[in-house]
Formats: sequence, structure tokens, C-alpha cells
Amino acid sequence: MAQGTLAQDTQLHRPSVSPRRATQTIVRALTYAIVLALCVLFGFPLFWTAMSSLKTIPEMFSFPPILIPAAPQWANYWTVLNIDYPVGRWFINSVLIVVLTTFGTIVTSSLVAYSFARFEYRGRDILFMITLSTMMLPAQVTLIPQFVLFYKLGWVNTHLPLWVPHWFGGGAFAIFLMRQFFLTLPRDLDEAALIDGAGYFRIFWSILMPLCKPVLATLAIITIIASWSDFLGPLIYLNTPEKFTVSVGLQFFNAVPEVGGEPMQHLLMAACVMSMVPIILMFFFGQRFFVQGIVMSGIKG
Amino acid sequence: MAVAETGAPVQRSAESRASLLSRLVGAQTPFQTKRAIWGYVYAAPWILGLIIFWGGPILASFYFGFTEYAVIGSPRFTGLSNYIRAFSGDELFWPSLGRTFSFAGMYIPFAVGGALILAVLLNQKLFGTTVFRTLFFVPHLIPAVALAVLWTFLLAPRVGPVNEFLRTIGISDPPGWLASRDSALASVTMINVWAAMGGNTMLIFLAGLQGVPQELYDAASIDGGGPWAKFRHVTLPMLTPTIFFNVVLAVIGALKVFTTAWVATQGGPSYATWFFALHIYFQAFQYFRLGYGSALAWVLAAILMFFTWVQVRYSRRWVHYEGG
Repeated sequence: MAQGTLAQDTQLHRPSVSPRRATQTIVRALTYAIVLALCVLFGFPLFWTAMSSLKTIPEMFSFPPILIPAAPQWANYWTVLNIDYPVGRWFINSVLIVVLTTFGTIVTSSLVAYSFARFEYRGRDILFMITLSTMMLPAQVTLIPQFVLFYKLGWVNTHLPLWVPHWFGGGAFAIFLMRQFFLTLPRDLDEAALIDGAGYFRIFWSILMPLCKPVLATLAIITIIASWSDFLGPLIYLNTPEKFTVSVGLQFFNAVPEVGGEPMQHLLMAACVMSMVPIILMFFFGQRFFVQGIVMSGIKG
Repeated sequence: MAVAETGAPVQRSAESRASLLSRLVGAQTPFQTKRAIWGYVYAAPWILGLIIFWGGPILASFYFGFTEYAVIGSPRFTGLSNYIRAFSGDELFWPSLGRTFSFAGMYIPFAVGGALILAVLLNQKLFGTTVFRTLFFVPHLIPAVALAVLWTFLLAPRVGPVNEFLRTIGISDPPGWLASRDSALASVTMINVWAAMGGNTMLIFLAGLQGVPQELYDAASIDGGGPWAKFRHVTLPMLTPTIFFNVVLAVIGALKVFTTAWVATQGGPSYATWFFALHIYFQAFQYFRLGYGSALAWVLAAILMFFTWVQVRYSRRWVHYEGG
């Protein structure tokens, strides 16, 4: 019935089809124009930063500003690692903290999620509700007592406060994400393995974990990005430049962008680009996992 | 006979012990009891984490809020004086709170609305959507410090490219952006919107848009609805749960704004970007007034809880759940 009317409709109005198509083409062209304009809006600042990192100091401050340097100074990227600020050390520190944080988050959050998804015990559901509610509390509330705790332990100005807490379950988001994934895996798998005499850890490690690879990739990417960009933690706990991570280091460099009176803004730009590239590359290669993870947390949350 | 007599009590006591343990963990059979115990074992890291990094600190910070405490020495109980000082004796308290709300008031509509527009554009099945999506997303990946640094240069009043562009299109006196007291707050908002618009919020909207059934659009077409009518009467109502989710997250994010303001302006010029989270940081970790900082943190927590409650409470009026 509906199809019949539609067919009649197109036949009756055949002469008027082409202006309609013309409007459609215009709308389509307009959409492309807007999207391309947005690409400039989002792309230009990054392009400009990349270009600035290849400039000389006079080019950085020339008026009117220069977009593309006359001769790209690739040496800036080498020089920045050899100035008086321990820039290379910042990168090593960040990588160490990110690796330890990610490893701890993945291992412990999947164990906790396994417990939430597959075991029945008193208090489990209350525990899970408490877990979710920690996501709503602003970090500032726990920050000060945590600082006191780490201060008393003598951990201030070490990297320990930045990664050790992640070995205690990895936080509510990680547990939630892993639990949601465990719930999608059929329970028959566990039961068959149990009948075959496998213990609970064996089921977790040899049967469920291999099936979790996609969500583990998602969790790893999200954790790496968050840990690499973290600023407040390192700002509070680290005092000496040798201990800094990339984030606090950049801020330190930004506050005093000169060494012995020599301006270093071009090198600051190079350091900025170096802090962005690993994360952006990771996103390019793991995009599929990342998008899935965000969608999963967004839709089911 | 003798065996049975000696055996029975042992058996019974073992049974009652087992059943006490079973009842404690909420199980009935020995198998379930064993399983429940393993459940606790696997959850143990998080149970410990909750106690050490959440429960303990929450109680401690609540207590610190009523004390004077400077890390060295021990907290000295001062009753409500921190809260009284916050509400009536701290010159920066109300302005920083107001500034945080101004920020939120500008940030939330632009970040969430902008993300929705971007998602609708990307949902038009354009050629090269994946490339566009990636490009829109990249600003969200930039570490917050690098973000603030690069925008400080882009917005430099004299040698920055943004003002150069404004001058070429005929604006002879472009704003001072982050360097001027009048425009610093708007500039920090703009930077945060730029970074957030194409990020997670947009991805969640895209997923939401893909969940709207095609039949509804077909039905709207048959009824003669144009693109705007379809958006207004199909897309928007169907997306309300997603919009709700994103707004709740945006409110939480906005009230905690810290890094961009701290790196780009250190709260200045003349306190123009001195947000509440900055105020807490300064009191607690620069002046080491941990008691006062804790009281401020609880004020922030109370505000957040109140807003979340309001949103959940009033969401029923505008959020449409399919089949609910």
C-alpha cells in the first residue's frame, strides 16, 4: 500500500524530480563545505604547532607571524633533548609510570571484574554500587588525605603515589568496563571448564582472558592516554625536575622558557609536539578499540 | 555404636561451622561457599583499594574539614571555623565559585551542542567520514598541558596567528585573549570547548544516532517532513537519553576545570581565571592549609552531588526512554 503510493508519487511528479535533486546536491555540497571548514578549525592549530616547532627563534617572534619556516629546523628536536632541562628524563619517567599504571590496571581490574561478573557472595551488589558511586565524587575530596598518607609513607617526590594505587583494582571505570564485557561471555564456557576440573583461576586466565583481548586493548588505550596526560597528580607529588613527567615538565618549561637568558620557545614547541605524537599515533592504530570502548561505556552506562 | 557416638558430634559441629560460614558469605552448599570465598579473594585488591584510597580518605577529609592542619604536626579541631571562613571570610571563595559557574554555563551548551552538531554532520554518510572523525577527535587527545601551551602561542596578542587573521579581515583592534582580564575567562572556555567538542561526547552521540531506527525517518518522510522536522521530531527525542548522559558528564567535567587555566594563565590575569579547583589546589598544596582545603573540597562535592541529583530528578520531564 505504502509502496504503491510512493511509486505513483514519483511517477506523477517525474518532471519535478530534477529540481529536488538539485536542492539535495546543494545541501550535500554545503555539508561538505561545513565539514571541511571544521577540519581547518581542528587541524590548523595542530599544523601551526608542528610548523612552530621547526622555526628559529626570530621566526617564532616575527611580526607579522610566519606560518611556514624558511628552512625547517629539524635539529630543534635533537637540541631539546640536550638542554639544561632534563627533557629526555621526563619522557623516560612518563613511560615508566604509564607502563606500571596500565599493567596494574589491566591485571587487577580484570580480576575484580571477574569476581563481580561470575561469583555470588554476600555484599557483591552493594560493593558494585559503591564502586560506581566513586565515579561521581570529585577527586579533590580524596586528594588531600591521600597526600597526607603518601607524605607519612615518605613517598612524596617519588613516582610511587602515581602508579601504586592503580594496582588496587584500577578504579571504577576499568572495573565497570571489564565487568560489562565478562557479562557478554557465555557462562557455559566456565561450567564446561569447571566440569573438566579447571580451577577458578585457570578459567579466568586460560578461557576468559583470551576472549577479552579487544576490551583489554580498549582499556589499555584509555589508561595510557589518561596516565600520559595526567597533570594534577605529578604536580602535587613531584618536586625536583629529574623526577618530573612530561606534563609537569612541559609546564615547568613553559613557565621559564629560557636557559641562561636564551629564549627557548621553539624548543618548547618541539617538546609539545613530542608529548602529543605518541598518544596520537596510538589512537590511529587502536582507533577501533578505543571507539568501541567509549561507546560501550556510554550506551550501557 | 561407639564409633557412631564419637563420630556424630564431630560431624555436627563441622556441619554447623560450615553452615555458619555459608550463611556469612550468603551461600547454601559447600560448593557455593567455596565459590563465594574465591569471589572475595578476586575482589580483594579493590576492597583494599576502596578502604585505603576511598573510604579512609573520605572520612579523613571530612574530619580535616573541621580542623587546622598543615601536614607537619597533627590536625587541631576548630569546629565549623573553616566553613565559616569559606562563606564569609575568604575574598576569593564566592568569586571563584561564580567564575566556575560562568565557565560551566558557557562550556556545557557549546561543548555538548557542538558535539551533537558534529555527530549529526558525520552521520550523513559523507565520503571520508573516518578521516573527518579522526581529525575532529585529535584535539581531545592532546595532553592538557600541551593544549594550554599551544593555545597560549596561537592566541598571543601580537605575534599569534589568530589575531593576525583577525587583522587581515579588518579587525584592527583584536582582543588580548588570555593576556587580558576581560577576555581570559572566555578564552579558557573556548580552548576547553575546542578540545572537548570532537571527543568522547561526539563519539557517544554518534553511537546514539546510529541507534535511531531508520523506520522513524522513513515514516517522517512519508508524512512530508523535511530535514529540520526529522531532526526536531525524530532525532532529538530519540537522543534525549544520550544527551542526558553527556550533560551529566559535562557538568562534572566543567566544575573540576583546572589544568588549562593553571598552565595558560595561573588563574590570572588578576584572578580572571581563578576557578574553584585552583582555589582548592592553592589553599591545600601551596599554602598547606590542608584543613581549609578539605572543607573547600567538600563544598565542591556537595555542589556536584546537588546538581547530579537535580538532573536525575528532572530528567523524567524531558528524557524519553524507548519502551520505558
